[in-house]
Amino acid sequence: MDMTALLLSRIQFAFTITFHIIFPSFTIGLAAWLTVLEALRLATGRPVYRVIFDFWLKIFGVAFGMGVVSGIVMAFQFGTNWSVLSKMTGPIQGPLLMYETFWAFMLEASFFGVLIFGRSRVPPWFYLFSTAMVALGTSFSAFWIMVNNSWMQVPSGYVLENGVFAPNDWTKIVFNSVVWSRFPHMLLASYLTGAFCVAATGAWYLLRKVYHAESRIMLRMGLGLAAALIPIQLLFGHLVGGYVNTYQPSKMAAIEGRWNDEKPGSEVLFAWPDVQNRRNLFAITLPPPLGSLIDSDSFTAAETGLNSIPPENWPPVVIPFFAFRIMVGCGLVMLGLAWVGSYFSYRHRLAYIRPLLWLTFFSFPLPFIAIITGWFTAEVGRQPWAVFGVLRTADAMTPFLTTQEATISLVIFCAVYAFIFLFGTFYIYRLIRSGPARKPFDIPQLAVPNRPMSLADDGPIQLPSHVGAGE
Amino acid sequence: MVMFWVSLLAISILLYVLLDGVDLGVGLLFGLAKGEERRAGMLSAVAPIWDGNETWLVVTAVILWGAFPLVYATLLSAFYLPVIVMLLGLILRGVAFEFRYKTRRLRWIWDVSFAGGSLIATFIQGMTVGALVEGLQFTNGEYSGGTVGWLTPFAILCGIGLCLGYALLGACWLVRKCEAEVRDVARGQIPVLAVGVLAFLAVVFAYALADHLPILHRWIDRPYLFVFPAMGALAATVLALSIVNHNDDLPFYMVALIFVSAFGTLALSFWPYMIPFAITVDGAAAPPSSLAFMFWGCGLIVFPLMLIYTLISYRVFRGKVGETAGYH
Repeated sequence: MDMTALLLSRIQFAFTITFHIIFPSFTIGLAAWLTVLEALRLATGRPVYRVIFDFWLKIFGVAFGMGVVSGIVMAFQFGTNWSVLSKMTGPIQGPLLMYETFWAFMLEASFFGVLIFGRSRVPPWFYLFSTAMVALGTSFSAFWIMVNNSWMQVPSGYVLENGVFAPNDWTKIVFNSVVWSRFPHMLLASYLTGAFCVAATGAWYLLRKVYHAESRIMLRMGLGLAAALIPIQLLFGHLVGGYVNTYQPSKMAAIEGRWNDEKPGSEVLFAWPDVQNRRNLFAITLPPPLGSLIDSDSFTAAETGLNSIPPENWPPVVIPFFAFRIMVGCGLVMLGLAWVGSYFSYRHRLAYIRPLLWLTFFSFPLPFIAIITGWFTAEVGRQPWAVFGVLRTADAMTPFLTTQEATISLVIFCAVYAFIFLFGTFYIYRLIRSGPARKPFDIPQLAVPNRPMSLADDGPIQLPSHVGAGE
Repeated sequence: MVMFWVSLLAISILLYVLLDGVDLGVGLLFGLAKGEERRAGMLSAVAPIWDGNETWLVVTAVILWGAFPLVYATLLSAFYLPVIVMLLGLILRGVAFEFRYKTRRLRWIWDVSFAGGSLIATFIQGMTVGALVEGLQFTNGEYSGGTVGWLTPFAILCGIGLCLGYALLGACWLVRKCEAEVRDVARGQIPVLAVGVLAFLAVVFAYALADHLPILHRWIDRPYLFVFPAMGALAATVLALSIVNHNDDLPFYMVALIFVSAFGTLALSFWPYMIPFAITVDGAAAPPSSLAFMFWGCGLIVFPLMLIYTLISYRVFRGKVGETAGYH
């Protein structure tokens, strides 16, 4: 076992999946928003909804394409770096991933095609239906991924046979109670991502005094949706905490920075966990029973501290501790922004309060940061286990992977991703900056469902005849 | 149930090789082509299909993981660096497809990415098959060949062979989809590539027989297996005739047939081994509860729908593409 290779493999997985999650979380939210827009257009008949729909459909196409491209790697990475894991859990994780891939393929194949080609060829209700199906499809994808990950967090419905996790109860695996708090949590996070990106775009246009009608709708709908959803999101976040407390006391203790068993527990708001000496520095702590109330919904419940867990089963305490606080912090800032913004928007005054517009504009990274730090909390907090309590991450790695191989792969991953995705992100930025086209937009001649990015083509570029390409 | 998933796996691999082989091959020839007009013509011949083709690689991967986890884990970890470099090659060329037309000054970067990515991905796929045929080193059922255990002269030969093969597929596709200069150049390339591919196939087959005597016995015991090589030979003959007669459609189907026969020959030679002489189909199969779960939710209905969709999308884009229309 090569410990450096293990560390590098973990960094590589974290790097590629962090990059990947940015795009799906954005597109799941956007797809839902597109459905709402199309429904509004049908209900009110206002052409402005069509303009906004067409504009965001283009951005959806690019982001969707980036998500697909970065997702391909994920289907292989379990096997390359985590061969023991994929050998042992393949009978459970493999089928779940297959459901995700096959169903996503069907979504991509059929209804996304209607979205691109169908405007003039299908009745309006069917176009709306297709939009809803695309939204449903992206949510399905998220569902299977959450089932898969939840099984790694709280494994169930299996027997260990010849060193292999053989499924013996799929209903337990798929309808794992953990899924039903984590899946809505992720889904709502995606909706909030979509909402804030839309609101931020609206704020940007207002600040630049362009696209007046469109930007007001974006701002109002984005902030309004966020204002309604964030409280629900906080509730589901709390429910997710409930499962962590029940099944993963080591993760909970790390998140809370709790060293000693307490009954009832106190609540550490901020601190610097000093892992070496098993204590918190600079701690701001709320007295008991607030910790028990937050973690166990009880005034008297006992809370486990890290000291009663063997250190070899501790996660790296500092990462979940801070990642969790950053996530919650982003959530609270978004809540404040959404409520204040919605209030002024309701009073028709938001467009004149420029500082608030600036704040809204700069808020678009918040949901992304919240999602990424939330996943850091969940995944780093699960350590040192790959499958919680059953298979250690160190034992899950490809046993013969060398530091040299892992270094080479990580370096080229970073190089290629930086090259490609910076370009892609820049491209989305350029699309958003140039804004919606007022005329109904033409479908590029050869755009196809399998090439979502082609939606955003600007039309032919005139080629200078004297320059041969590639020379 | 195991046989069901073996068939789905075989169909997916074959579809991937035939379909993505086309656009990878065009990518290889793209690197040789000069002039924007020709390059744009070549791209427009594969623009509507390349991404869908690549999907079959992901489908292959998830079928392997779900139905044959042992093979998935062994194969991907043994070929660690090649798999990752291949994936990045595929990503590069995919993105190059989309970004090429967004810039004029930096277009050469995307052109290099497109041709280079195609070359890397193709070579590695061929090399992987070669290394598998030759046999990886295993100790107690676990790969023990080291970082570059797959790097042998034979594997490199197979990498080159597949480059020729995909280029041949690509050339035939260009003949079928294009007109004027692009078609004529491609037609001129076919005989050279075809001779190269056939010679290469013969060498590989002879090598496999000589190296693994059990395979030779299998072929002698079951002469009816020769239907596959015979089919390949017949297809090669028709290919030659169709080139002479300037037929635009036939060459592609004949080369596809040669690929099918090579695939069949290979699969039958090693059956029931999935990783030759180390892991068998039954040894690698997931427990029945996994196979059944996938059968009802994915294999039975969704997979056929995927096939139908692929068929439809190819019908939609049938016929020649206008050379000047481009795809942007």
